[in-house]
Amino acid sequence: MFTRPAPGSGVPIYLQLMQQVRHALETGALRAGDQLPGIRVLAEALVINANTVAKAYRELEHEGVLELRHGAGAFVAESTPHAVNTSLVAIVQPAVRELIDELASRGFAEAEIRRLVEAELARRFGVGTSLSRPTRNR
Amino acid sequence: MNTPPVIATRGLAKRYGSFAAVTDMNLSVPSGTISGFLGPNGAGKSTTIRMLLGMVRPSGGTATVLGFRVDDPRESLEIRRRVGYAGEDKRLYDYMTAAQIIRFTRSFFPGWRLDLERRLLSDFRLPLDRRIKKFSKGMRTQLALLLAICRGGELLILDEPTEGLDPIMAERLLEVLVGLAADGTAIFFSSHQIAEVEQIAEHVFIIDGGRLLVDGSLESMREEYRRVDLVFDTAVPDDIRTGLAVPGVERVSVSGRTARLFVSRNVDHVVHRSRALHATAVDVLPIGLKDIFLESLKTARRTDALV
Repeated sequence: MFTRPAPGSGVPIYLQLMQQVRHALETGALRAGDQLPGIRVLAEALVINANTVAKAYRELEHEGVLELRHGAGAFVAESTPHAVNTSLVAIVQPAVRELIDELASRGFAEAEIRRLVEAELARRFGVGTSLSRPTRNR
Repeated sequence: MNTPPVIATRGLAKRYGSFAAVTDMNLSVPSGTISGFLGPNGAGKSTTIRMLLGMVRPSGGTATVLGFRVDDPRESLEIRRRVGYAGEDKRLYDYMTAAQIIRFTRSFFPGWRLDLERRLLSDFRLPLDRRIKKFSKGMRTQLALLLAICRGGELLILDEPTEGLDPIMAERLLEVLVGLAADGTAIFFSSHQIAEVEQIAEHVFIIDGGRLLVDGSLESMREEYRRVDLVFDTAVPDDIRTGLAVPGVERVSVSGRTARLFVSRNVDHVVHRSRALHATAVDVLPIGLKDIFLESLKTARRTDALV
């Protein structure tokens, strides 16, 4: 379920991991009550620092997405703010795909498209936070 | 983190005649995690490590490893007893077989990690009954790493550990290091493989010309370092050229109506000021460790040229 984070992207690895967990919730790969891999297990599987995994889990607990039970591990909270967004994502995703296809067919390179998207994200959510700060569902 | 650093140096220096290999090095390596020690060839990484292990005598400054002073012969012995180390030279007893040297080394260390020995032996597939004399360079590296890792020390110091390992072996090694650190072993490793440092390290030290240039948590560097690209309708204002007098603007390069700023902190402030100076386009991009490394070296070398 988890994929190796891109350490060279300049985006903190714990944020990339948090994003993966949120995505798994949105697609239904993870559901309320499911147990997540142990910190050490996930760190070795992804070959990243265990403290980074721990930080991602802590932040997700703080957001109410996960519950950390002492000695037992990390579980998806019963009322996670990310659940049942599946349908909305399914609707929105094609629009994003279409935009990217459009730009690519007009000759924009991947890096240029990324730049455009990141600039707009920065405009919307503030500078330097485009990729680096979790957005919270309200 | 309240636990004392596993390695602490103050003004550590090493001169060879008129050549300063290491100058005014202040390191504080945190316990219980992985720290990367990055620098180009000849930056002073190995010299620093060898001073920590009592193999090279410092010309100045002080250093402790696990609280023991490196310049005291008895304490230095204690350091070598407690710290697992694999260096560049991979010195091993050539007349022994791999099985013999493993058994020999194991006998000195009560905390020997038999589990890791088995795992590394199966990962590395070393020919156990061949004499070390007949080992290839890669096999020597693997054996030296195994001996250092399995000792079960509180601290592991590795000098270019993946040098000479193929990518699969290198990845296996990184997995083992991640697991060791999760168990509480502090790991300090030098490398010029930026990607592997970026992957597993929590803290990074970058040195060049024997001096410490960057010292920080990798995750906060990812959050704070940015490249800011600016476009102006007319010429780039002088305030931009001089870095806006904002701390954290490390380097400015101007080309025509555009300016590119390398910023280590205060990016919001930089953007705010740039907008106030009527920049028509402001792009902020995160940058990876490779660019942080290269930019820091450029900035330092430029400053050197000015003094």
